[in-house]
Amino acid sequence: MWKDIPILPESASTIAPHVDLIWWFLVALTVFFVVLIGAVIVGLATVYRNKNDGRKAVQIEGSTSLELLWSGIPLVIVIALFVWGTTVYIATLKAPADCIDMTVVGKQWMWKVQHPTGVREINDLHIPVGQAIRMTMTSEDVIHSYFIPAFRVKQDVVPGRYTSMWFQPTKVGRYHIYCAEYCGTGHSAMGGWVTVMERVDYERWLSGATGEAPEVAGKNLFESMRCASCHPIDAATKDIGGAPPRGPLLAGIHGKEVDLKGGGKQVVTDEYIRESILKPQAKVVLNFEPVMPSYDGQLGEEQILQLAAYIKSLKGTP
Amino acid sequence: MSSTTHSAPGQPREAHAPANEPRETYLTDGYGWKSWLLTVDHKRIAVLYLISISFFFLIGGSFAVLMRLELATPKGDVVDAETYNRLFTMHGIVMIFFFLVPSIPAVLGNFLVPIMIGARDLAFPKINLISWYIYVVGGLITLWIAISGGVDTGWTFYTPYSSTYSNSQVAMTAIGVFITGFSSILTGLNFIVTIHKMRAPGLTWFRLPLFIWAQYATSLIMVLATPVLATTIFLLGLERIFRIGIFDPTIGGDPVLFQHLFWFYSHPAVYIMILPGMGVMSELIAAFTKKRVFGYSFVAFSSLAIAILGFMVWGHHMFTTGQSPYASMVFSVLTMLVAVPSAVKVFNWTATLYKGSIEMTTPMLYAIAFIGLFTIGGLTGVFLGIMAVDRHVHDTYFVVAHFHYVMVGSMVMAFLGGIHFWWPKMFGRMYPEGLGRFAAIIVFVGFNLTFMPQFIVGFQGMPRRYHVYPEEFGVFNLLSSAGASILGVGYLLPMLYLPWSLKWGKKVGPNPWQAKGLEWTTQSPPITHNFTGPVVVTEEAYAYGEEPHKPKFVEGPEEKPVVR
Amino acid sequence: MSAEIAHAHEHAHALPPGVRPPVSHHFEDLEQQEESEKLGMWAFLITEVMFFGALFTAYTVYRSLYPEAFMLASSHLDWKLGGFNTLVLIVSSLTMAMSIRAAQTNKRNLMLVNIVLTALLGATFLVVKYFEYKSKYDLHLMPGPTFDVAAFEPWGPQARIFFSIYFAMTGLHAFHMVVGLVLMGWVFVKAKQGHFTPQRYIGIEISGLYWHFVDLVWIFLFPMLYLLGAHVHGPAH
Repeated sequence: MWKDIPILPESASTIAPHVDLIWWFLVALTVFFVVLIGAVIVGLATVYRNKNDGRKAVQIEGSTSLELLWSGIPLVIVIALFVWGTTVYIATLKAPADCIDMTVVGKQWMWKVQHPTGVREINDLHIPVGQAIRMTMTSEDVIHSYFIPAFRVKQDVVPGRYTSMWFQPTKVGRYHIYCAEYCGTGHSAMGGWVTVMERVDYERWLSGATGEAPEVAGKNLFESMRCASCHPIDAATKDIGGAPPRGPLLAGIHGKEVDLKGGGKQVVTDEYIRESILKPQAKVVLNFEPVMPSYDGQLGEEQILQLAAYIKSLKGTP
Repeated sequence: MSSTTHSAPGQPREAHAPANEPRETYLTDGYGWKSWLLTVDHKRIAVLYLISISFFFLIGGSFAVLMRLELATPKGDVVDAETYNRLFTMHGIVMIFFFLVPSIPAVLGNFLVPIMIGARDLAFPKINLISWYIYVVGGLITLWIAISGGVDTGWTFYTPYSSTYSNSQVAMTAIGVFITGFSSILTGLNFIVTIHKMRAPGLTWFRLPLFIWAQYATSLIMVLATPVLATTIFLLGLERIFRIGIFDPTIGGDPVLFQHLFWFYSHPAVYIMILPGMGVMSELIAAFTKKRVFGYSFVAFSSLAIAILGFMVWGHHMFTTGQSPYASMVFSVLTMLVAVPSAVKVFNWTATLYKGSIEMTTPMLYAIAFIGLFTIGGLTGVFLGIMAVDRHVHDTYFVVAHFHYVMVGSMVMAFLGGIHFWWPKMFGRMYPEGLGRFAAIIVFVGFNLTFMPQFIVGFQGMPRRYHVYPEEFGVFNLLSSAGASILGVGYLLPMLYLPWSLKWGKKVGPNPWQAKGLEWTTQSPPITHNFTGPVVVTEEAYAYGEEPHKPKFVEGPEEKPVVR
Repeated sequence: MSAEIAHAHEHAHALPPGVRPPVSHHFEDLEQQEESEKLGMWAFLITEVMFFGALFTAYTVYRSLYPEAFMLASSHLDWKLGGFNTLVLIVSSLTMAMSIRAAQTNKRNLMLVNIVLTALLGATFLVVKYFEYKSKYDLHLMPGPTFDVAAFEPWGPQARIFFSIYFAMTGLHAFHMVVGLVLMGWVFVKAKQGHFTPQRYIGIEISGLYWHFVDLVWIFLFPMLYLLGAHVHGPAH
């Protein structure tokens, strides 16, 4: 029966082996020190047991050199571990350029995922093996945490802000997704499966599923909300009935740095777009008036993510 | 301390209690309930605390029993999810705020700090009594919450779940915890003043027992960190009741700010829950090796180092919240540094055994268990301080196992060791030694069986606070539940034989362990004013000297009747 | 703290004037007792610093997140009333110090007058605070369901946070003022009974420490909350 009981989690992403290496080093270190201290204690306790034979305890004041030694050794070990662990961590912060972007919205008690092609999934996640995936995540209610043990990644999903994480699966298979941050009654049921597939299988799976790409959905929203009446896409549509545009042009703006009214600069990120939709007055672009109304309560988190995807897809120069 | 059993098969020989000449002790100084409930004697207040924290330990323990019962199988077949969430929350709140934080400081500290420094009482005896009443009020509120439906936010009260979404008694719990905080602030304040101002002549800082150093470091944390918890909980209560928006992201607030404020208290609070245990350890090791603690000043200063570092590491609870990686790096490296003073303590205790005259009594067994379990608890803390590893094991059972190794494996072991060690001093009678050792071994085995499997399921990825879990974690959870039942038996034994010994235990003289320290120079149990005459200290702590000592359990001569 | 001092004085009633009151049973001598009491109050004030410190942290975080909103919301506070209260408290600190000085120099009547003045100034502060709170309530600036978000467009929710912090901080401060008034009442009774002498005036001295601390907190609160937006011309009151 023991062979059915896993001792170790699957190791199925590019960073998993790096994490595991530190892990095993730490396990070895722990075992070493526990055995060392345990053996020394048992040994000393046996040798120096009071056998009522009149032997005296020898009073020893202490030893500064020993103290320095056994402060120094742990210090060196933990600093080395810190450097090692931080190097691995930093290396995994930045996603590779060729990753695909997905959006994740957590709510009590489900995970809603949308693929770049528009396919939506709830609780499940289908991804091609070897492909780096970057997730932009937020929550509709309380704090959750997206956790895939087989990939050794976990990221809290916080309402009111975007967090992101990325991973690159290396092994075909099915792995658990959990919610790791306690979120209420259904916390332990908030999870599902990642299915890592060969790329061809993934393409087949994708074509079987339907959905609107987020930037397409965003475009539709953009049009139905009549955003362009203030935010023309580029110079060609700039003059609307002869009046100058009331908001910044949007083509190519994503990723650029803009000057702000009242000084300061701001890189246009998903986060900034979200803020500009919900709290338009917070950071107004230079040479524009703070006239935009807030869309807080009118647009859901997913819709805002779609608009951001659409704005991101607008190439060219304004 | 629930009840006194009347079965006493191994009745000790009556010869040990010769004709009971009436002796004045703090226990005989008044008998009615008023003499207890209105006492300002630090020793009686310690006994009041001992009774109340034992009661809460039983309550918190019974929550744990139900949880382990539920987790014995992967399915939710014992209680439903709502109940389970309330169980782990109440378990955490009761055990942390009503057992662990007050355990060693309020019981052993209250009893021993004045005696160990040669004082007649704490600096502010009435405030000491008030602190107990505050604790009781907070405790009653918490009990009322437990009865009237409970709270389901986890003891960490993370917003916005606690402030907006939870349908349980969050506001009332916040009030209970808020009130109880003042009990530990007042205790800490009392200790700081007492240790600074009331040491007997000749008792310099570096002659203090290490237990006092540890209490001092603990008190600093209590005084500096608990108010921040109070404010945090105060804001949470306002948010919950009035929707003021400070932690609510839908109206501009920042839920993560709550975590910063909360952990600014609660990480140092972890050291409130371990430093006093370390102080007890130094006393036990010295007494049962008949040696001065190796590297006294390093052990003393490492307590302060842990207390100070403890204030700078709270962010390691938040590596996965999206905190800036640079902030995380700083918190990570500071966290790693805590390992150094902790290691210094472990090595010094171990070195103290060298060329000692070691006696394997019950307290010593607990002390040795402490060293082993604390080593595991401390080193697994290093795992969690490393960001790359923490990202995987954060909020899994690995964390649960880690902090139980520190708080239960270490602190409760130290508490039990200390209670056994000073039991004859507190009540003048010895507990049954054989039963004591047996219980210590049961606790040690049960503890490891309970929590070692949780390290494994944690690494496999089982998140904490899960009511149901996938099949593959079943075996380890079953093991853990089985271990918990052994651990439960181990804890019940002292709760039975210690009260038993109050009446039937062997009477002891002032110094049954032949130990050094002012508390062993006064009678057992001490008189109300602790010492009959003025106390002057002329030697260092643990001045055991080189003469051989008699074997354990020497029946000391009965004191002469006390003249006041 | 006060209970403790009362304890120390329990034995004092029957003593003829001029005789030093005996020391509490657990202290060696009066010096040790007084030093303990003083250190106790200082330690207590440190916990108070941490207590308010968490709120100052919350203030700092949100002010740096929403500087404009805080300025706008601050302009709805009446800096004139706040300034008046600041003056009241500064004067009360002076009278407090004078009462201690009077105790040291054995001028009993001067001490009593100054204690009464201190308490009256404290009460004045609270009365002004009451009218400020009432006007905030009437203008729907009290955080909660009735909060007038529209008054701060586009910063409604952020202004609500400002007012939450305002009420939390000034409310806690006002609570400390109430405790201070109770303390003044106790000091007055003790002073009247002749407990404070040039040899032993620790009770009034550490009560003064507390009073000065509470004043000091307000000295920080006033510019942070009132003056931040005083130059912005918000709606007239």
